[in-house]
Order: sequence, then structure tokens, then C-alpha cells
Amino acid sequence: MRDLLAVNNLRTNFYTYRGVVKALNGVDLNIGPEEFFGLVGETGCGKSVTALSVLRLIEEPGRIEAGEVLFDGRDLLKLREEEMETIRGKDISMIFQEPKTALNPVLKVGFQIAEAISKAYNMNLREASEKVEEVLREVEMADPSKVAEKYPHELSGGMAQRVLIGMALSTEPKLLIADEPTSSLDVSVQAQIMRLINTLLEKRKTSVLLITHNLGLVAENCSRVGVMYAGNLVECADVKTIFADPAHPYAQGLLGAIKMRGERGKLSTIKGLVPDLVNPPSGCRFHPRCQHAEKICREKQPRSVTLGSGHSVSCFLFDGA
Amino acid sequence: MNLGTYVARRLGLMIFVLFGVLVITFIVSHVVPADPVAAVLGSQAPPELIEKVRHEWGLDRPLPEQFINYVWNMLHGNLGKSIRTDRPVSDDLLQYFPATIELSTAAIILAMVVGIPLGIISAVRRNKLSDHFARVFSIFGISMPVFWLGLLLLAVFYYKLGLLPSPGQLDMLLRPPPVVTGLITVDSLLAGDWIVFSNYLSHLALPAFVLGFASLASIARITRSSMLEVLRQDYIRTAKSKGLRKHVVITRHALRNALIPTATIIGLRYGSLLEGAVLTETIFAWPGVGRYAVGAILYLDFPAIMGSVLAIAVIYSLANLVVDIIYGVLDPRIRVGE
Amino acid sequence: MKSLPGLSSRVERWKREHSSQIDDVKYTLYLWKRSPLSMIGLVVVAALVLVAFLAPYLAPYDPIEQNLSDRLLPPSREYIFGTDTLGRDILSRVLYGSRITLEIGIIITLIGGSIGTLLGIVAGYLGGKVDELLMRVTDMFFAFPRLILALAFAAALGPSLMNMIVAISVVDWPIYARLARAQALSAKREDYVEAARAIGAGTWRIIFSHILPVCISPIVVQVTLRLGDVILTAAGLGFLGLGAQPPTPEWGVMVSDGRNFIMNEWWIATFPGLAIMLVVLGFNLLGDGIRDIMDPRLRR
Repeated sequence: MRDLLAVNNLRTNFYTYRGVVKALNGVDLNIGPEEFFGLVGETGCGKSVTALSVLRLIEEPGRIEAGEVLFDGRDLLKLREEEMETIRGKDISMIFQEPKTALNPVLKVGFQIAEAISKAYNMNLREASEKVEEVLREVEMADPSKVAEKYPHELSGGMAQRVLIGMALSTEPKLLIADEPTSSLDVSVQAQIMRLINTLLEKRKTSVLLITHNLGLVAENCSRVGVMYAGNLVECADVKTIFADPAHPYAQGLLGAIKMRGERGKLSTIKGLVPDLVNPPSGCRFHPRCQHAEKICREKQPRSVTLGSGHSVSCFLFDGA
Repeated sequence: MNLGTYVARRLGLMIFVLFGVLVITFIVSHVVPADPVAAVLGSQAPPELIEKVRHEWGLDRPLPEQFINYVWNMLHGNLGKSIRTDRPVSDDLLQYFPATIELSTAAIILAMVVGIPLGIISAVRRNKLSDHFARVFSIFGISMPVFWLGLLLLAVFYYKLGLLPSPGQLDMLLRPPPVVTGLITVDSLLAGDWIVFSNYLSHLALPAFVLGFASLASIARITRSSMLEVLRQDYIRTAKSKGLRKHVVITRHALRNALIPTATIIGLRYGSLLEGAVLTETIFAWPGVGRYAVGAILYLDFPAIMGSVLAIAVIYSLANLVVDIIYGVLDPRIRVGE
Repeated sequence: MKSLPGLSSRVERWKREHSSQIDDVKYTLYLWKRSPLSMIGLVVVAALVLVAFLAPYLAPYDPIEQNLSDRLLPPSREYIFGTDTLGRDILSRVLYGSRITLEIGIIITLIGGSIGTLLGIVAGYLGGKVDELLMRVTDMFFAFPRLILALAFAAALGPSLMNMIVAISVVDWPIYARLARAQALSAKREDYVEAARAIGAGTWRIIFSHILPVCISPIVVQVTLRLGDVILTAAGLGFLGLGAQPPTPEWGVMVSDGRNFIMNEWWIATFPGLAIMLVVLGFNLLGDGIRDIMDPRLRR
């Protein structure tokens, strides 16, 4: 089964006053059809940058330097901008962290949904607006016709996020990228939103790339998980394996920091600090904080090694060479 | 709140402000000058005359009573009599106002038509050559003294090159159209008089340009900066992620938001236009309120000065009201309470 | 020699403690260097101040002395900017005029700025009726285009340089008042102000120690942005005859002098006007630069 999305060696830099921030250092990522993939890591490790790079939404002072982003076999990085515009919103949709600022404050909510539909299906706006009520009903809005006439500032955070989810899924995309969709919402609303997403997915053949730092969300929803650190995907496995038996030292540290119910004792931490991406550590970027670091870790970057079906790791502990 | 309530509130505020305008002009005309009568008659006037006039004008009455008289007069359109023209000031103003309105309106239209696109292009092509050029041009524009620019351009285009017509509204041999609105553009069109219409436009061109120049620069700057601000917002990213074409993102999503601060500036600039009109009309011999006021100043014609100031303030307040309303239409968030 | 290692380690420690401020300064300097236009503005303003101070030494002739045999001469080696209708050297007059311009700008800003800022802060902090009163009063002032109101005041007070300065100050203060009020309103809500009140600090103490410092930087930005405008207004009033009176070499007045001679003796009006433009340009560039640098959102 061919991967829906295959990211190979993606490198993205940001040219700032402090210097060049090497945000993505050769990211390798695979998502299959109808797969719920969770991408986790600390703040600043490059999860959002990866997502934005896939959709080629990286703006000045950022630039995608190298790599491939194969979506359904086509390399998105090689497409012309017009071709990319056909893919955005239709084949790949994205929802963001702050729902209320993600909507245009001077346009009615219903219009913004209709816009997405009209662009994706090449309808005119009037036809598209007839579908808006249906979309709002699907995301469990009470009184959809009234909501469609409202402006974003009149909605609560949870309602706004529902609108965005509805808008993103109304075009039946093959891939939904959700960048921290619940981080700015109340805990109870978070659960509702995730439940809604899952309900909607049941009816569609959509894969999800969920970006989050909330491991609980990942455990509940994802089928496969990727762990990122400082611009690299260091480990990737199905959700059970990742929680039960992480291979990469960083993943072990990250997942070891969670206590399972009933466990006692001190929370373990990973010593050291998040690296400065303008002057990142040489070789494997985790080596300064790694207990198992060897000479080779300082000198060369580890390649991705397959440990089992769907389980890969980038670490010299597992790389014979 | 809905649009109607918003407009009503703004209207109420304007009326209040106009009252304040009356207070201030009263203070300036009756309290500030050491002796308002001498200010009007001239300090050489004989003391008996001054006393007589002072009594006549009720200046020996207590101030509050004077103020009430003042407001009463104003509301009845009685702005006093001009010493220079010996006509009621209100008549003078009615005669000269249309010319100022035409000049200011032409100037602001010019400023918007050139300034807004300039600002948009500057923002979209940020830091490229056209942006730098536009920014430098804008800064020069707002630094230029209006009277100097007018003088220089007049000297170059009229005296030296003869490309543009003489100062004034029309060529001397032409007769203005019959007065319907007082606005020569409208009146000449109504009379079907193309010659006068086109001649008038050619006379209007340079003064309108000079007057509008600073506003053009200002509008371009604010459009650029608010456009840049808007383009950084999350909802622009959402719009792009929906696959919308670039020009749709700019016109439909960015522009409506970016023009909101621009609308405010346009309203403010209308005030500077009225200021600039004072100077521009003087240089181009344009028979508007500005030139009338300047003449009044040189003549120390106090009633005329105060009448002009009051009239200009009223027009300015009305312009601001219009801008506030437009603002309310453009930005639904504004309508929610103050 | 023993003190040296101790000294360097103390310097190191100071550097570490203040590293965020040092970083801030470094970033500010970086932004300055990246903005050539702001540097130009700074140079122009510095040049104005320099010329104003050194005018007596730089000017080749007396600015007021008439020399009727040398009237209306075009620019030459003897009279670099030419002479006017009374034979006065235009260059000298322009140079001396810089003093007046600087004087005007500084005094107006000091008067209007300090009165406005003080009133605004007090009104913003005290709130309630005082605040309402300030808002309404400034609304009334804002109903007039600035030049027009300044014109009215100047006419009422009588044409003179000092009266013109007063007139423009009266018109300028509401802008500072509004700005300071907005700053005070947001500063008032800060936790440290609550804390100060809780330990019993008096109103005036709070205003001066806590609210005022916060307001300084936006006010400074506003001052530089407004200086250009103030100078233009003053020049306009001078042009209309409401400001400095002859023979004072104020630039606006000089342009007005040259108005009827613009055809043939163009230099009389051109050079003073050019001076006005350059100075205003300098202040605008400088103001823009300072504003861009101090705007926290743009510091990214």
C-alpha cells in the first residue's frame, strides 16, 4: 500500500537577525491512507514547521531548502504555485491552534466555509453557501442557519474550532493536518472536539496528522506516532510500541516522564536544555543530553533504521554502521 | 449593536463636539483678545467709539450671557459682518465654500486613487525595489511644505513651461455656468457646457495635486503598514491553506481589514486638506474659504476669521462623522459597544 | 596586578546578570544599522542642531543687515544662495533661521508635551469624571484641523513669534494628553500598581514612580513623529504672516517674501523652503526609525 504522504529529508531554514535557524534538519515522515498519525515533541522541535512546509506555507524569512514531499506520488515541492493551490484546501486541509484568530473578523462565518467549498469543487459561491448549513449541522452546531450569519468574534473558542473543522473536512480531503487543535481550549471542550473529529473521520477516508505536545491525546486517538527532536524525526512506531517500549533515548525520556496511573516515585527528566537551532550540536542533535552518547554521535548524523514493521529509529545505538 | 444605533450614537457625539467647537471659538473671539472690539475696529479707533461698540455688542454683559447670545446668533446663521467686504460673513462663506469643497474633494480622490494602490503594492512586494522607492516617495510627500511645493510647481509648469493654465478657476475670458449648486463641475455639466467643464478641470488639476500630495503619501504609508500587519495575521494563513488564489487572499481577505485604519486616516487627512486649502488657495488664487480666511487675517477682519474657522470646523466634524460611519460598516467588531 | 583578575570576573558577572538588557541593546543597534533611512534622519537632525548652535560662525553675513545695492542677486560665489529684495544674504538668513526653527520645535514640544502628558496621565489614572472631562475637552480640540485652530489663536493673540508658539502649543497638547491617557489606563491595570496601592502608596507617588516611566517611551516616539508636523504648521503660519515678524529670518516668512519673485528670482523662496523640507524630512525619518525600533511587535 503506497504511502499517502512521504516526506524525505526535508530541510527548512529561517534567516533571522541572530543567524540562520536550521529548523528542519532532514525530516523523514510517512503517513499511510486512513491513518491517524500523531507527531509529538517539545515546543520548538519543528512540528509546526514540518506541517507548514508540507503545505508550502512557509514565508519569509523562512525557506524550504531541500527534500521531497511526496503526496500521492507527486512531489509537492516541485509543483507550480497554481497546482499547489488546487491541493490546498481540497486534498490537504489544515486546522490551527487559535480558532478565533484563524477566521477573518470582517467576514461572516458561513461565507468563509462557502469559500472553501466553492474553491475546492469549482462551484460558485451561491451554490456553495447552500452546503454551509449541512456542514455546520455535521459539526453539531445548534441552529446552523443562525451561526452561518455570525461573525467570528461572536463565537466561543470551541464553536470557532468546530467551524474550522467543518470547513476543513467539508472538502473531503485525503489528509487533515491538525496543528495543536485543542491546546487553546478548555479541557472539557478539548474532549468534545476530539470526539467530533473522530466521529467525522468515521464517515471519511481521511488520514490525520495530529501535531501536539499532549501525550494523552496521542494515546487516545492515534494509531501511529512520530517523535521529533530539534528538527528531526527520531523515532516512529505504532502507538502501543511507542508508549510501551520506546527505542530512542529521547523518546524514552519523553515518555518516561509520564506516570501511568498507579505508579509512584519521582518524575524522570531529561538533563540539559533544548538546543539553540542557530548553532545546533554537531552530528546527532541529541548527543549532549544523551546518556549513551558515543564519539560517532558527535560526528555524524544517524540515519533512520527499521526495527520492526512500521517501527523506525534514528540512533547509532541501532545503526550497525 | 446594529448599524442604526451606532450611527445615532455617533451623530449625538458630533452634536456635542460641535457645541464644544462653539465654546472654543467663543473663547478665542471674545476672551482671548485683550479687547475684542479693538481687535475688530483696530487699536487706533477713538475710545468713545470703542465704548459705544462694546455696549452695542453687549460686551459689557456677563460672559455667560454673551455666550448665549453668541450661540443664538450662530444657530441663526448670523456670523457677524465682514469688515473687509462689508457683507454678512455667512453670505461670503456661502459664496466661497463650494470652491473649497471641490478642491478638497478632488484632492482626496486623487490621493486615494494613487495612494491606496501604491500602499498595497508596497506591502505585497515588501523590501523589493518598488517598495523602497514607494516608501522614500511617501516620506518626501509628508515632509513637503504645501505652500512651497505649490509655488515651485506653479513656477515650473505655468511660468516656465506653460503646460498648465493660470492660477484661478477659469480662464479669464470664460464665464462660469449658471449657479445651481455652486459647484462648477456640477453646474457646468448640468448646463451642458463642455468647454467650461474641461477648462475648469485643467485649472483644478495642479492645485488638487499639490493639496493632495501630502495626503497621498500619508495614505500610501498607512495602507502599506496596515497591509503588512494584516498579512501577518492567522486568518490570512487559513485563507491560503484553503487554496485560495493569491489575489483573492489579498483583495477579499486582506484588503477589507487593511483599509480600516486607512479609512481613519482618510478622515483625518480631510482635516489637513482643509488646512492645506488655506495655503493652496492663496497660492493658486482659488476663490475658496481658505483664501477668504487669509485675506481676513491680513486685514485683521475678526468676524470673518472666526466665521471661517467655525465653518471649517463644522465641515471637518461632518467629514469625521462620515468616516466613523464607514468605519462601522467596514468593521463589524466596532459596532459592539464603545 | 592582583586586582585585574578580580575585575574581569566582576565584569563577567555583570555581563551575565544583565545579559538580557545587553541583548536588547545589541538588537536595537542591529535594527538601527539595518535602517539606513533612520540613520539619515539622525544625521539631518544632528546637522540642524549643529547649524543652529554654530550659525554665528557659519554665516558669512549678518542676516538682518540690509544692503540695497546688492538686491536680488542670483546665487554666486559671493552670495551662495543669492540675496533678497533688501540685499540680505539668503544663506545667512537660512542658517540663522535654523535657530528659530529649533527654538519653535523645542518650546512647543516642551509646553504642549508636558502639559498634555501630565493632564493625560492624571486623567487616565484617576478615571471617572476627571477622565470624562479630559476626553470631552480633547474631543472639542480635535474637531478643528490643527492649522486652522492655531491660525485662530494666533490671529486673536496678535502676530508674533511667541504668540504663534503659544497658539501651536495649545493646539498640540490634546494629542499628547490622549496618548498619555491611553498609556495610563493600561498601566493602571498592571499588578504592580495594585501592589503599590495595597501597601499604601499615595496617588502622586504612584503616578510619578510607576505610571510615568511606562509612558515615556511612547511619548518620546510621538514627540519625534510630531516635530515634523509642528515645524510645518509653524512654517505655514509664518508664510501667512502670523508668526515671526520681519526682519526675523523665519523660513516660512522667507518663502512668503519670495512668493512674488518666484518667476525670475527663484532663489528667494526656494532655499528656505528646501530647508524646511529637509528638516521635516529628517525628523520624520528619525521618528519613523525610533517608532519601528521601539514597537514591541516589530521587534521580531
